[in-house]
Amino acid sequence: MKTSFTLNGQAASLDLDPRTTLLDALRENLGLKGSKKGCDHGQCGACTVLVNGQRINACLSLAVTHEGDEITTIEGLAQGEALHPVQAAFLEQDAFQCGYCTPGQICSTVGMLKEAADGWASLVTEDLTADTVLTDAEIRERMSGNLCRCSAYPQILAAIRSAGGVA
Amino acid sequence: MKPFTYERPADVTEALAMAAAVPGARFLAGGTNLVDLMKLQIEQPTHLVDVSRLPLGQIEETAEGGLRLGATTSNSQVAADAKVRARYPALAQAILSGASGQLRNKATTAGNLLQRTRCAYFYDTTKPCNKRQPGAGCAAIGGIYANTAIFGASQACIATHPSDMAVAMSALDAQVEIAGPGGRARAIALEDLHRLPGETPHIETTLEPGEMITAVVLPPPPPGGQIYRKARERASYAFAIGSVAVAGGKVALGAVAHKPWRARVAEQALAGGAGPAEAMAAELASAQPDGHNDFKLKLMARLGAACLTTTGAGSDQ
Repeated sequence: MKTSFTLNGQAASLDLDPRTTLLDALRENLGLKGSKKGCDHGQCGACTVLVNGQRINACLSLAVTHEGDEITTIEGLAQGEALHPVQAAFLEQDAFQCGYCTPGQICSTVGMLKEAADGWASLVTEDLTADTVLTDAEIRERMSGNLCRCSAYPQILAAIRSAGGVA
Repeated sequence: MKPFTYERPADVTEALAMAAAVPGARFLAGGTNLVDLMKLQIEQPTHLVDVSRLPLGQIEETAEGGLRLGATTSNSQVAADAKVRARYPALAQAILSGASGQLRNKATTAGNLLQRTRCAYFYDTTKPCNKRQPGAGCAAIGGIYANTAIFGASQACIATHPSDMAVAMSALDAQVEIAGPGGRARAIALEDLHRLPGETPHIETTLEPGEMITAVVLPPPPPGGQIYRKARERASYAFAIGSVAVAGGKVALGAVAHKPWRARVAEQALAGGAGPAEAMAAELASAQPDGHNDFKLKLMARLGAACLTTTGAGSDQ
């Protein structure tokens, strides 16, 4: 089945079995191996990509449903040699050990920071009608869909705090 | 995944016709549950009708002073909506307590209602399950698994409905709008959407074949406080082992039955002047734990009483 979308600013056209997930299309058909297959069941967040600016689990989304969408993966965040601020913050804070979850952590952070900027609440937001303040508790709750089995969470938290949260 | 064909309709009429034309067809919205179950071959649709782009993604005021949530509004969209947050905080809290940010961005209002149980034996295809294969038996009964029903279970199934959102909607007296083949349209109480298992636990809702949910309608918020509280085995990103929604004098319980459990006995007790603990005790008097899930009696008694105390729905002497 023919499917076209914009991938990291470039047009991409594919002829896919409808069973192909967006994650498999990215990795196997388009050769972008940055997005990782951890659990393949939406439980670990390693496959997180941005679709029309929103973070989703690419493993649970069929590629053919993304006709016309704008998809951004970890490969599309930097501007040439200039890292995205969230990538730079992860490097600066040493926010990884093995690195397997990192592309998903970074894409999820980019999506999460936009959600917070748009005023979305989280479960730990005490006043649902107040402005969003990204405390450490807010960052932890909003990032709970991304697991790190090396448990680099303190550094990941520090990176996100420096990239967009409050000190 | 088993092979399937795929179509994307332009409107509800076309979607209903496409689904009716192919035996074994299913509607696909966010896909966060259906695609996962297709990978496990627990769900094996022959045809997917992608309803995710139908014009059902709006949140609108109703003439009665409530809100109509289109079927394909995302969980994130509903939880972030200023009107929902101001007037239906229990619903916003319930949605935000479920899944992860990534999943809530994809999951839809209708899809959330129609998600399948997370019973471990439903997911374990090496064990019998009457939902997967009617008549096969239930491995959860007597199995090593605690997140099972204490209300309304049967000899065929002790699974629970996993939604947080639906529990809040139940307490809020939500209505579900449904479209069917031939232009038929109807609305039912959310409380009447999900079934108890009985002898046919594979039939989980009262939707007729070919019908689809088009919206959930919230009546004006009831007077009184609202809250949704959820107990789970870790602090975030886990299904409930028990939850409580309170909206005014209305109470619904989650993770205790095959459907969001409307606590009518507790409500009547509250209306009769009972305090929070007394009202919860009255509701739980008819609970039937199975040994593995006995903890839910104390959990729900305390969680429910705390919620009722917080909202001021009842006051112990």
